[in-house]
Amino acid sequence: MSQAEPDTQAPAFQLKGSMLAITVLELVRNDLDSLDRQLAAKVEQAPDFFNNTPLVLGLDKLPEGGLEVDLQALVELCRKHGLLTLAVRTGQAAYIQAAGHLDIPVLPPSGARERKLDLGGKAPAKPAEPQYRPSRVITTPIRGGQQIYAQGGDLIVIAPVSPGAELLADGNIHVYGPLRGRALAGIKGDTNARIFCQQLAAEMVSIAGHYKVAEDLRREPLWAEAVKIGLTGDVLNITRL
Amino acid sequence: MAKILVVTSGKGGVGKTTTSAAIGTGLALRGHKTVVVDFDVGLRNLDLIMGCERRVVYDFVNVINGDATLGQALIKDKRLENLYVLAASQTRDKDALTQEGVGKVIDELSQNFEYVICDSPAGIEKGAHLAMYFADEAIVVTNPEVSSVRDSDRMLGLLASKSRRAENGQEPIKEHLLLTRYNPERVNKGEMLGVEDVEEILSIRLLGVIPESQAVLKASNQGIPVILDDQSDAGQAYSDAVDRLLGKEVAHRFLDVKKPGFLQRLFGGRE
Ligand SMILES: Nc1ncnc2c1ncn2[C@@H]1O[C@H](COP(=O)(O)OP(=O)(O)OP(=O)(O)O)[C@@H](O)[C@H]1O
Ligand SMILES: [Mg+2]
Repeated sequence: MSQAEPDTQAPAFQLKGSMLAITVLELVRNDLDSLDRQLAAKVEQAPDFFNNTPLVLGLDKLPEGGLEVDLQALVELCRKHGLLTLAVRTGQAAYIQAAGHLDIPVLPPSGARERKLDLGGKAPAKPAEPQYRPSRVITTPIRGGQQIYAQGGDLIVIAPVSPGAELLADGNIHVYGPLRGRALAGIKGDTNARIFCQQLAAEMVSIAGHYKVAEDLRREPLWAEAVKIGLTGDVLNITRL
Repeated sequence: MAKILVVTSGKGGVGKTTTSAAIGTGLALRGHKTVVVDFDVGLRNLDLIMGCERRVVYDFVNVINGDATLGQALIKDKRLENLYVLAASQTRDKDALTQEGVGKVIDELSQNFEYVICDSPAGIEKGAHLAMYFADEAIVVTNPEVSSVRDSDRMLGLLASKSRRAENGQEPIKEHLLLTRYNPERVNKGEMLGVEDVEEILSIRLLGVIPESQAVLKASNQGIPVILDDQSDAGQAYSDAVDRLLGKEVAHRFLDVKKPGFLQRLFGGRE
């Protein structure tokens, strides 16, 4: 009966306390021109950082009694460099009022310890160390209808691979037994990938999308032998192991 | 707790029901309390081959649906003290079997029997899946021809990945290869795969080789499991297989022609 009506008594929200790590731009003097230039330089060093990054503007470290900063111009300047102002931190009545006009919340002056942010501009982010990916190792026969994929690495099969089975690897494929199914190495495009098998009896072999089917493979002089298969240019090379 | 044994193949008509009846009877003959369960809902062959078709009142589906108790549905064999049959329904379709329902019946049978033999329907669909799902061991029935070997291979893959044991990360189902309708003359002529060829492709333990035999047809027409015809080659071959199943070392018979070479032509030959 009341199933369609929303339950007006049920809570529609939850309030949660939370600690946010947030960047504070602490202004030490009123010099928007210099700020503009210096921010531009920072952006160049660490472009990823200045990408709609939420920001608190710290105006509480400005020297007392100096010229008042044009808050609207400051907020716009920050936005230009990819920094979005969430709040202004200040205790001064003039800035509190200016923030109110701009609809920006005001935080009390800082007492807490803050860490100087190191954008590490000098050393442009080191390329991640290539991660060691253990090979996928299969020790039981792979049957028709089964598909085994070694993502991001090599596939090692220590058992026969039946007709109708499919082996896939981003890296190399090793079969210590007869390979009677399909084997596709380097499926993400690694042209250096190889296929090794103890007995070539495959329905298809493929490296980085270059393939040969059984009809062609059977004409190979090395059919039924132990072989390695690699790619030279566009050509699959089958050589004795 | 009983040992749950599925007799399966993938391909149809290879001799699963013949084998279920023979192995079940053989185990009972050796003193093990055994029940043979027909999973081929809609076809119902097992009771014919076991010679109890005239005594079927309730069936597997009745038990699952709660229309009958197991006690009411189990048919006691006339010849052997330790042998029972749970017939399939001829009037329902395969959807009548549910995993939960089958699991319950198998569990209850486990309490009261030493061996539960599940005669699987052909194919790899629901019925075949349910027949093998709860198994501890599997007899994969294969004929010496390429299509049957391929289907068995496919079934072996499912046994290794889609069973209760596989899903629970338990020890895998123990697999046995039973080569049936083996005809050494035709193997000799290269018309059929040889034992070694099939063994090599499937790479599982060989439980037995059952020769192609007139005795099988005669036995099923009479409703007497062929293993009880101890004069026949097929009966003796099934007897050996049961002994091996129970852990005895028995030499293989009835293979006299050995002919490697078909595989060579099939996989190893060049064009
Ligand atoms: N060893 C054998 N020699 C001769 N005929 C046999 C042999 N084994 C089975 N047959 C015959 O093959 C046919 C199929 O046998 P059976 O019904 O046991 O196979 P199945 O695998 O259970 O079939 P389905 O897939 O339909 O359930 C029957 O006619 C049976 O008599
Ligand atoms: Mg059958």
